Amino acid sequence: MPALLEVDGLSKSFSGLRAVSNLTFSVGQGELAALIGPNGAGKTTCFSMIAGVIRPDAGRVHLDGRRVDGLRADQICRAGVGRTFQVVKPFAGLSVLDNVIVGALNTHRTVAGASRAADEVLDLLGLAAKRGHPAASLTLPERKRLEVARALATGPRLLLLDEVMAGLRPTEIDLMVQVLRDLNARRGITILLIEHVMRAVMALARRVIVMHHGEIIARGTPQEVTRNPAVIESYLGEEAV
Amino acid sequence: MIATLVADVPRRGLVLLLLLLAALVAAPLLVNDYLLTVLILILYFAYAGQAWNIMMGFAGQLSLGHALYVGLGAYTAAALFFHFGLSPWISLPLALAVSGLVGAIMGLLAFRFGVAGVYFAILTIAVAEFARIGFDHWSWVGGSAGLFVPVANYTQNDLWTLRGSPRMFYYVILALTVLALLVCRLLLKSRAGYYWQAIREDEDAARALGVNTFRYKMYAVVLSAAMTSLAGIFFAFYYNNLFPEQVFTIGRSIELILGPIIGGLGTLIGPIVGAFLITGLAEALHEAMLRIGIDVPGAKQVFYGVCLLVVVMALPHGVWPPLRRLLGLDPKTSGKGKA
Repeated sequence: MPALLEVDGLSKSFSGLRAVSNLTFSVGQGELAALIGPNGAGKTTCFSMIAGVIRPDAGRVHLDGRRVDGLRADQICRAGVGRTFQVVKPFAGLSVLDNVIVGALNTHRTVAGASRAADEVLDLLGLAAKRGHPAASLTLPERKRLEVARALATGPRLLLLDEVMAGLRPTEIDLMVQVLRDLNARRGITILLIEHVMRAVMALARRVIVMHHGEIIARGTPQEVTRNPAVIESYLGEEAV
Repeated sequence: MIATLVADVPRRGLVLLLLLLAALVAAPLLVNDYLLTVLILILYFAYAGQAWNIMMGFAGQLSLGHALYVGLGAYTAAALFFHFGLSPWISLPLALAVSGLVGAIMGLLAFRFGVAGVYFAILTIAVAEFARIGFDHWSWVGGSAGLFVPVANYTQNDLWTLRGSPRMFYYVILALTVLALLVCRLLLKSRAGYYWQAIREDEDAARALGVNTFRYKMYAVVLSAAMTSLAGIFFAFYYNNLFPEQVFTIGRSIELILGPIIGGLGTLIGPIVGAFLITGLAEALHEAMLRIGIDVPGAKQVFYGVCLLVVVMALPHGVWPPLRRLLGLDPKTSGKGKA
């Protein structure tokens, strides 16, 4: 599997605190991988550096062989990376459809074309019935789906999903798992997700990277990492075994 | 383009809008001279409010110094007419360019160096104040003694030099207001409109969706500045005199933004409704007070303040959104049908 995303030696400190240190990993073309770890492990910081929101202190990021660290967030989006925010950021005053149209305009020349593409994405994520509603009126699970819909509408090759399952009920999680699996299988979209919901991680990810204190402490299949003593101690806890 | 203009506007809204337009076109035949000057003032604020609304209402960038662009447009056209007898229509491109350029410089400084929100608003006030002081000392445009556009003995309306009766000025500003409404409607339904609103709602999220926020904020500032300076040209030729102390003062900037705030920020009809409400009521109040023999200086300003207070507290989204609901013009929110 050729690597779509290559992260090499990425480091970031915030006023002396090493949030991420010397992080190296890659995600293959068409892969579905998960980044897990306790709160404060540096997962979101890692996403922010890949997405161009935070400038790394050191290290390099390559997307499909092209160096992308140092680019702005909008340039990285145009290079083919869609991302969601852990704390959802809907355009509250706009309708659900208009929210997604903004994303779709990334790859569509006309508003009419973007609008059609946005409707397809809304269908896919089960938000079609809400298309005319203001985003402010959505429930949290719906807002999570809107985050995914918007990111997906940008036409990404790589989706970075930051805790899109948090706050969802088990049936909603299964629905989201199904949607992501379909996107990966049918459209070949590579997905890297940050997730605490192990139910989703186990169901989705073929490979898991575990972070702790800004470093990678384990990597492997979901089964492998959940048996890893270091992972159990730092993150999963004894009862998860 | 026509299709974009009217697409998903409720039929009833379109009819109401056309009725209003018909009434406004017929108005000069029906009202007296005083009411005509009030209508001119209302449309002037509707036009300028629409221009300001692009920046604040659409793109979320608060300018409290838009009198700057009114003044730049006014002075550019008036000075060229005064010194060289140039028609304001010939000065127009230059006036738009000057305002656009000043807006671009301010935007460049602010957006490049992350000056945002309140600090950006302060910057806009500061630049307008600089202009006020600068023009006060610039003798070529009359300095603090003012610049007077020659009135001469024009016995008939001359659209080319904008010399004529109030009726002519009324139709000019009506045309500008209609034009601004159409332009803003097209803008709002374009890529820029979507991107501006995204920036207004959440700039980080907009960036993550591929929006070059710097570029689109620049578009908003330049466009809003240029459109506002057109109001300035009208102002100069309608009032025939310009004093830096009056043109660039912050009071002028505030006056300009009351309409869209009271009418409804970011809406297309809000600036028009707001202008009718605030200017109409303020003039009515003024007239009523004169009738009963009270002439309190500053009563209008107090009235503006009260209006703003009431709207901010009771109708935080302005008068138009609830009014729209009342008129049954709200876009449908449910189902798959075209909203």
